[in-house]
Amino acid sequence: MIEVEGVTHIYGEAANERVVLNEVNVTLDEPRIGVIGANGSGKSTFVRLINGLVVPTRGKVRVDGRDTTEDGREIRRRVGFCFTDPDAQIVMPTVREDIAFGLRRRGLSKAEVAARVGSALETYALEDHADHPAHLLSGGQKQLLALASVLVTEPDTLVLDEPTTLLDLRNAAKVSALVRTLDQQVILVNHHLDLLNDFDRVIVFDDTLLVFDGSAPEATDFYRRLMA
Amino acid sequence: MSTLGLYLPGSSPLHRLPAGAKLAAMLAVGVGSIFLDRYWSVGPAIALVLSGFAVAGIPFRTALRQVRPLVWIAGFVAAFHVVVNGWERAFVVVGVIAMLVLLASLVTLTTRTTDMVDAVVRACRPLRVVRVDPERIGLLLALSIRSVPVVVGLAEEVRDAQRARGLTASPRAFAVPLIVRSLRHADALGDALVARGVDD
Repeated sequence: MIEVEGVTHIYGEAANERVVLNEVNVTLDEPRIGVIGANGSGKSTFVRLINGLVVPTRGKVRVDGRDTTEDGREIRRRVGFCFTDPDAQIVMPTVREDIAFGLRRRGLSKAEVAARVGSALETYALEDHADHPAHLLSGGQKQLLALASVLVTEPDTLVLDEPTTLLDLRNAAKVSALVRTLDQQVILVNHHLDLLNDFDRVIVFDDTLLVFDGSAPEATDFYRRLMA
Repeated sequence: MSTLGLYLPGSSPLHRLPAGAKLAAMLAVGVGSIFLDRYWSVGPAIALVLSGFAVAGIPFRTALRQVRPLVWIAGFVAAFHVVVNGWERAFVVVGVIAMLVLLASLVTLTTRTTDMVDAVVRACRPLRVVRVDPERIGLLLALSIRSVPVVVGLAEEVRDAQRARGLTASPRAFAVPLIVRSLRHADALGDALVARGVDD
C-alpha cells in the first residue's frame, strides 16, 4: 500500500523555486492505478516520489509502511520503475547483460542469475536478441527490454512513467498487453487514455494539484473536459 | 554485426579464454609496444593481431571497421611525424596505434562486458584499502562501453537536425546541442541507475 500524506514538492531554491506538487493526499492500494494530467501538471514527480527517486519537500510518502525519505534503498527493491525513454535506462551493452544487471547487484549466484535471465528472455520474446547490442533493437524491443530488466527483479509494485509515449500503436499495444498480465501492483502514467480503460482507479493531476480521483471512465471523461 | 567493438558471440578459443587473461595480455602488449621502434617490426605485430581476428572467426571487414574512425587522427599524426621525424617514425607510430586499437577491439569483440567488468572488479579489489569501491570501477567501465553507441546516436540526431535547418558546416551548432543532449542523457541515466538500485 502506498500512502501519500500532505506532500508538496518544490524544485530550486529561494527566488527560483517552483512548486511542482501541492498538498497531495492519497492512498493507493488497488492493483491497477492510472495517472493522467497535462505536461507539467506534476504527475511524473508524483510517481517518482513513490520509489524515492524524488523525496518530498514537505509531507510523507510511505510504501508498505516504510518512509521513502528514510528507507529509499529498500523501497527501490520493492518498487520497480520504468521510464519513458528506454535508451536512458538500458545501462549494459547487450540485452542479456542488461537483464542480468539488477540481479547481479543483489548478490545472487551466477547460476541463479543465468536461470532468471533465460526465463525473462523467453517471457519477453527477447531470446533471439540475447547477445545483440541493446542499441540495435527497435523502440518497442527496447521498451520490452527495459520492462524485462525491471520485472526480472520481481518488484511488488511497478511504476511506469509514460512507457508508450515513444512507441507506435502496435508496440504500445504490446507493452499495454504485457502490463495487463502482471501480478504486481501497477501505477501507469499515460497519455493514451484508451490503455487505462480497464484500470481499477485513475487519478488526474492539473497544475500541481490532484484534481480528480475515481473510476477510469469518470476520470478520463473529467480529463477530456479539463483539456477541452 | 558489431560496428562499435561490442561483443560478438562465438565459441572460438579466444572467446573461451578468461577475460582476465585477455585484459592482462592487452596490458602487456600495450606496455611492450614501446619497444616496437623499427618500421619492419610493426607489420608482423599487426599481422599477429589480425590472425587473432581469424582465430576468433571475426570477418576482416569487421576488423577494418574498428580502425576506420582513426583515419583522420592517424593522418594528422603521420603528417606530423613525416615532417618532424621522417616517414619511418610516422609508420611506426601510426602502425602501433592501429595495432593497439585492433587488439583492444579483438578483446571487446570476444569478451562479454560482464566478464570484463568482473575481471576488472577482481583486479581492483586491493584498492579497497584506499577506500576505492571496485564495483564502482566496474560499473564505470560498463557504462563507458554502453555510452559509445548512445553518444554516436545523439550525434547523428544532432547532425540530421542541423542539415534539416540548413546549418551544414557549423561546429558550434553541432557541439552545443550534442553536449546538452549528452548531459541530459547522463542525468536520465543517473535516475535510472538509482531506480535500479545503484544508490550508494
